[in-house]
Amino acid sequence: MSTQRTDSSVFESADFDSHETPDIFAAPGEDAGARVFTAQGGDWDDIVGDVGSLPEERIVVNMGPQHPSTHGVLRLILELEGETVTEARAGIGYLHTGIEKNMEFRTWVQGVTFCTRMDYVMPLFTETAYCLAVEKLLGITDEVPERASAIRVLMMELNRITSHLVCMGTGGMEMGATTVMTVGFRERERILSIFEMISGLRMNHAYIRPGGVAQDLPAGSIQAIREMMPLLRKGFHELELLMNENPILKGRTVGVGYLDLAGCMALGITGPVLRSAGLPHDLRKAAPYCGYENYDFDVVTRTGADAYDRLRNRIDEMYQSLDIIEQVIDVLQGHAGPVMVADKKIAWPAQLAIGSDGMGNSLAHIKEIMGTSMESLIHHFKLVTEGFRVPPGQAYAAVESPKGELGCHLVSDGGTRPFRAHFREPSFNNLQAVAAMCEGSQVADVIVAVASIDPVMGGVDR
Amino acid sequence: MTDTPTPDDGLLPSAPGTTPDPVQRGERHGMFGATAGADTSGYGGLVSPILFPGAAVRPYGGGFDELADAIEATSAAGAITRTVIDRGEMTIFVRREDLSAVMQALRDEPSLRFELCLSVSGVNYPTDAGAELHVVYHLMSITHGCRRLRVEVTAPDSDPRVPSVVSTYPAADWHERETWDMFGIIFDGHPALTRILMPDDWPGHPQRKDYPLGGIPVEFKGGSVPPPDQRRSYN
Amino acid sequence: MGIEEKLPAGFLLTTVEQVAGYMRKSSVWPATFGLACCAIEMMAVGTPDYDIARFGMERFSATPRQADLMIVAGRVSQKMAPVVRQVYDQMPEPKWVISMGVCASSGGMFNNYAIVQGVDHIVPVDVYLPGCPPRPQMLLNAILTLHDQIQNSKLGVNRVAAARAAEEAALRATPTHLMAPTHDHAVPAGRSLLA
Repeated sequence: MSTQRTDSSVFESADFDSHETPDIFAAPGEDAGARVFTAQGGDWDDIVGDVGSLPEERIVVNMGPQHPSTHGVLRLILELEGETVTEARAGIGYLHTGIEKNMEFRTWVQGVTFCTRMDYVMPLFTETAYCLAVEKLLGITDEVPERASAIRVLMMELNRITSHLVCMGTGGMEMGATTVMTVGFRERERILSIFEMISGLRMNHAYIRPGGVAQDLPAGSIQAIREMMPLLRKGFHELELLMNENPILKGRTVGVGYLDLAGCMALGITGPVLRSAGLPHDLRKAAPYCGYENYDFDVVTRTGADAYDRLRNRIDEMYQSLDIIEQVIDVLQGHAGPVMVADKKIAWPAQLAIGSDGMGNSLAHIKEIMGTSMESLIHHFKLVTEGFRVPPGQAYAAVESPKGELGCHLVSDGGTRPFRAHFREPSFNNLQAVAAMCEGSQVADVIVAVASIDPVMGGVDR
Repeated sequence: MTDTPTPDDGLLPSAPGTTPDPVQRGERHGMFGATAGADTSGYGGLVSPILFPGAAVRPYGGGFDELADAIEATSAAGAITRTVIDRGEMTIFVRREDLSAVMQALRDEPSLRFELCLSVSGVNYPTDAGAELHVVYHLMSITHGCRRLRVEVTAPDSDPRVPSVVSTYPAADWHERETWDMFGIIFDGHPALTRILMPDDWPGHPQRKDYPLGGIPVEFKGGSVPPPDQRRSYN
Repeated sequence: MGIEEKLPAGFLLTTVEQVAGYMRKSSVWPATFGLACCAIEMMAVGTPDYDIARFGMERFSATPRQADLMIVAGRVSQKMAPVVRQVYDQMPEPKWVISMGVCASSGGMFNNYAIVQGVDHIVPVDVYLPGCPPRPQMLLNAILTLHDQIQNSKLGVNRVAAARAAEEAALRATPTHLMAPTHDHAVPAGRSLLA
């Protein structure tokens, strides 16, 4: 091995698994002869022995993409000086699925099934943003029945609770507090069984469709929700007792991941991170959709702008969601009605029911389309095979998701498929703040800061 | 139930011909959009233009007049080539040379104050000769009650360069990298325009219309199904 | 390796196989390899409602060096594929792979440029678990199937013979697209679909 250095003792002890290369990533002006050690196995002591003999003390460490604490397949490239992070960069794209391009080859309704898998922790929000954008393009926003909007609010608020529980559960686990995860997921299972009762699936539901929702609430679901609420409150209180005044947790989160209002505005951050910096901005209040103006709730805001305040924000938002759910189920119990638009050329036709082989078309619906109404048969056939057509143009619809503003930009060329679907995912945008939050802090704070941003890599990479 | 809204109410989607000059981007052949296999419906020879909403005529209605006046009063006024009001949203088309100045004005003018640049994304219109690549910016003003604006910039395939807005809106950093990665649009002035979603050495730009979806045929017992972009479809 | 390499096929070897299989299946340590939506269901399996701890598997190993089982939970993108292979290579023998979910098994609904159409293009898979995402009970079913496989896996000369037999069978097997269809899709004339 040739070298520009004179001491050869380092190379005699060099392990064959770590090899030295010239610095191919050197920027123009940097010393390209700087030594780069790539560790790909072998004994750590040997590698450190080689590095330790160098006068420089900066080390570039790769955290991820497979790592228990990085909230998914996120690659954090940290330049360390001792325990302090001098530079932090996030490498993403390890979960890029090409969902947006895939949606260009599916009908408008099939797009729901695709977009729901982007941010898999809050699928119903992505579905709602997409359906609101499609309804805007169709011009039927006012024709969506009130009951459908109320059901959408119910499902979204339940999803907000599950998303925050996943955030706090995995955040606690990443900090080493496994009990937070077990308690959080225990509460989440209660809500997942409600989701299963209403939509048929625990996650990635494809329940909210353009024009309304796929089917009405089954009998007994509102009663089940009512019975679940006091148990949820008890569970949240248990989490609060575990976390709020916990000295270790406070020591790890207070002052960590600081991003003030100017930083949030510059980086386009929305959601609990922005509200922890003092700005009470919530799309449900500022630009209401789905009938949110009819429900009474507070926008939870704190001023500390650190990870602790974001944690407290999320817990309080869960309580607010419970309040909204109580109001919604009163509305739903009181008024029956359709859950799809009246226009039969757009409304998803199938009335679903549980049969002997699982969930499928209800026999009453089959009897109608095969026996009674030719038009229903034609509509069903055309909607399932071809899909409805959307007039040309573009639209942007946004919802307040647990992570921030989730927007859907759709372009239609008059066909049965989206010409272009782009999702403004809050996780993608908010993850840019990693550098601002982590540089200058310790390595352990990086994990806490990333957990407080709450990125979900499916939404980041799409 | 009130009267059926007329096209001037801005509530109905634009039917072709309701705005004075709809923009044609391509045309549709046949009536059922069957793209593979012979069209036996008899409508196979039908050719209809695909008409996107065109420039809106004053008064815009729906609160957009105040916004348009506020923009006209600033230095950004001369840079706007077209204003489109459609589906309750306002889109301004800006020449790419003037983009930086327009973005600066939109952010800094007290009557505009669009603090948040929510997203930067690309759209590829292959039939729009000379403007095949569009970059779409979504802006929001919290100060003025969550007012939204869409800024659209075009660039031809032969010269896919657009000035970067990272100096005005740092949030656009990763969004512009994604647009470069997916469409091949080069943002001049971006600090580090590299691939972000695809591997660093990936050839091509996946979300362009000339890039295939890239699936493989799915094998079943006794047959196989072609990937989604090669199946019979009704578009 | 050990005693099982030196034994001839027979009663003693099968006893060693059974004992070793029982020991190995009772304490499988999964590697944390959650990628996408299936990872959330995998995390749910670790929580008290479904409780993977009753199989001795609650200790998810962050380092592949101490892991026995890699549950590939989620879609594997082109960028992630080399990482999957590297993590698999870093696991010591004996190791097993469950591909959880349709995306890991076959690419799932994402038949496109960005997703590897089945993680078996990269690593050898022992149990395929379909579902989008599979319920936690389905994952437990797959784990129990794997436990049966581990219990019944052969060692020493038996293993060599079994591997040879499997290779022979694979070479003689019909490709999928030449197999006979499973169902006959033609509906007999005169029979109503609503019958």
